Amino acid sequence: MRQLKTLKRLYDEERHVVITEKGSPPRVLFFGEDFLLEDLPLDTRVIFPRPPLQGVPNVKAAIRWAINHPEGMEPLHALLRPGMKVTIAIDDISLPLPPMALPDVRQTILEIVLELLADSGVDDVHLIIANALHRRMTEAEMKRMVGSKIFDAYYPERYYNHDAEDPEGMVELERTSLGEVVALNRRAVESDLLIYVNINLVPMDGGHKSVGTGLANYESLRAHHNPKTIRDSESYMEPSRSALHKSTERIGRVIDKNLKVFHIETALNNRMFDGPTGFLGKREEDYTEFDRLKFQGLKYTLSKLPRAAKRKLFMQIPAPYQVTGVNAGATEPCHEKTLELCWKQYSVPVEGQSDIVIFPVPYISPYNVNSILNPLLVQVMGLGYLYNLNRGVPLVKRGGVIILCHPAYDEFDPEHHPSYIEFFNRLLPETRDAMKLEHMYEREFAENPSYVHLYRKGHAYHGAHPFYMWYWGENGRQHVGKVICAGAENNHVPELLGWERADTLGEAIDLARGFMGRSASITCVKTAPIVQCDVRI
Amino acid sequence: MSAKAAFYDVDGTLVRTNIVHTYAYYAMNRGSLTGIAARTLATLAQIPVYAGLDLINRKVFNEYFYRAYEGLSEDRLVTLGEEMLQDVLKPAIFPKAQDLIDEARRAGCRIVLITGALDFTVLPLARHLRADDVIANKMQFVGGIATGKVIPPIIEGANKAHAIREYCVKHQLQLDQSFAYSDSFSDYAMLAMVGRPTAVNPDVRLRSVARAYHWPVLDLR
Repeated sequence: MRQLKTLKRLYDEERHVVITEKGSPPRVLFFGEDFLLEDLPLDTRVIFPRPPLQGVPNVKAAIRWAINHPEGMEPLHALLRPGMKVTIAIDDISLPLPPMALPDVRQTILEIVLELLADSGVDDVHLIIANALHRRMTEAEMKRMVGSKIFDAYYPERYYNHDAEDPEGMVELERTSLGEVVALNRRAVESDLLIYVNINLVPMDGGHKSVGTGLANYESLRAHHNPKTIRDSESYMEPSRSALHKSTERIGRVIDKNLKVFHIETALNNRMFDGPTGFLGKREEDYTEFDRLKFQGLKYTLSKLPRAAKRKLFMQIPAPYQVTGVNAGATEPCHEKTLELCWKQYSVPVEGQSDIVIFPVPYISPYNVNSILNPLLVQVMGLGYLYNLNRGVPLVKRGGVIILCHPAYDEFDPEHHPSYIEFFNRLLPETRDAMKLEHMYEREFAENPSYVHLYRKGHAYHGAHPFYMWYWGENGRQHVGKVICAGAENNHVPELLGWERADTLGEAIDLARGFMGRSASITCVKTAPIVQCDVRI
Repeated sequence: MSAKAAFYDVDGTLVRTNIVHTYAYYAMNRGSLTGIAARTLATLAQIPVYAGLDLINRKVFNEYFYRAYEGLSEDRLVTLGEEMLQDVLKPAIFPKAQDLIDEARRAGCRIVLITGALDFTVLPLARHLRADDVIANKMQFVGGIATGKVIPPIIEGANKAHAIREYCVKHQLQLDQSFAYSDSFSDYAMLAMVGRPTAVNPDVRLRSVARAYHWPVLDLR
């Protein structure tokens, strides 16, 4: 007779890992701004995200408790002195995905912290969006993130985007033991206290990466945003096995030595969908008749809309995330606690790797909020984020096949991603070798005055950013034998990315089996919401 | 790193004026009431002709337009050029124009203004914007008096492209690494000549070309 502990473990595993049998329902898979409804082959293992953890009952109380009982530091109120200079850095719009229903947790934190600062006689306060080389947030996005009261009081003089290309606005600190450049926003460096307000959506985020990346410049980011570091990271979603995080830790320790940094980190649950789209967070086995009806209704509506309208529709639906925990204090102990919450929500134990892994790719990534998931971003979602969401070993075997479900349309947003367009059309036809791309072209793009200008004055990602997107897929690219884009609507996008294409998922599976053998094992990861596989061999 | 340059059209790209504005300034500063009246009225009377010529051919427009300078003295034009910078051009510089030039300089570019305007009107602006060089039209003077003819080749349209190529050869600059910025489709040749073209505050035709060729589009306003 099995012990209760074993039974509980089996139950947990069974709940999130389902083997497809005769009679299993067809799976609803994200396909860009659309969905596929697919019968998967028998014995296909389907991995589901964990259901949302219970949110904290009172977010404001949790924030107050965290800043009054921080990890490894004095409480926030004890760090404040009248007349001191304080900078609050805030995670940008790349987190969470999709943007959360109002009030954004950053607003809630700021309301509490700003009140505390005012009560302590601290008036010299700046709010800086830690967007690193991401695009500047628009006025409307900035207002939505912090609420109109804070926006009206601080924007634009004391609430603004970080500018990594402002020659007067950056300060270089001492280098790390390995010679990595540590350059940060001048206002943050010259403040008596830096408070970082974070949303830890995936385990890659937060900790030393918050300040060391969010307020850094191109020269500083080059230390770890490069193909070698990514190749050396077994998974950058598992900080302990990630060279990327080792580098950010070295940089972070220099920062902590020179600046007083108080982190406020939050973890969210998996409640990405609600109301009419709530069924997307369920297993198909648990769909009610009404859920099926809602899905058919959604599918019908989407079939009648042009892609831009579908995109707009999806971008208008905020996620009803709930806060599962708030931690505050010194970088490392605070982040350790936050990561525990992340694992608790995302981690799903999985036995063994697969020859073929299917990743549905949704309409959104951290880099296209209110914009287009262009081909480079499809690449970063598939070979970057989804491939790396593992602990232990990757879900796909070395030399195996990844199938991405996405139409791979050749569309770019010239306002947000101008340098991506040149990267995709000029560089990829020449080489897909990340090392060559870095060596030959990265600096040229980074220093291109048009791209610098569009980053600083417009709402464009920095000229170096498409390179980072390519590097982000590097360990996935090095690991797999083949990538097949199921449902790609053209030939040239998959070809430029070095992939094969198939009209349907069924055809893609046949192609993959032709490559891996008829008995190849198949796993389908049912994203979104987020699921991180703890793969045991 | 190989040497490169950034070439900037001026009118409509860096400043919101055009050559008619600058001429109007000279006309209005003729020195005597009769002179002002005569030149201003003559200019107003010619507006339909100018507009028609500009639509048909920018080169013919420039040649015809510069005849209006005939009879003006060189020293007067140069002196007024400095004053015009303060009165007309400086307030008309687009707010983000200096940033764009500074960004190009930081990227190691030689800064060159290239314009169909006359050199004495652009040189003070070039100094103000900290440009390294100017490629502009030159008025012919005889005995210190403007003849109204421009020394060929007239800098406009395709000739801007030739001028850029010659400039790059002369200064050993890499054309394919260089940048060009313009607001008008009439500068298509100049934009297509360099490796890194960029449309700035573009007109409808240039915007459409820029989108088609994936050139970046900037707004300096």
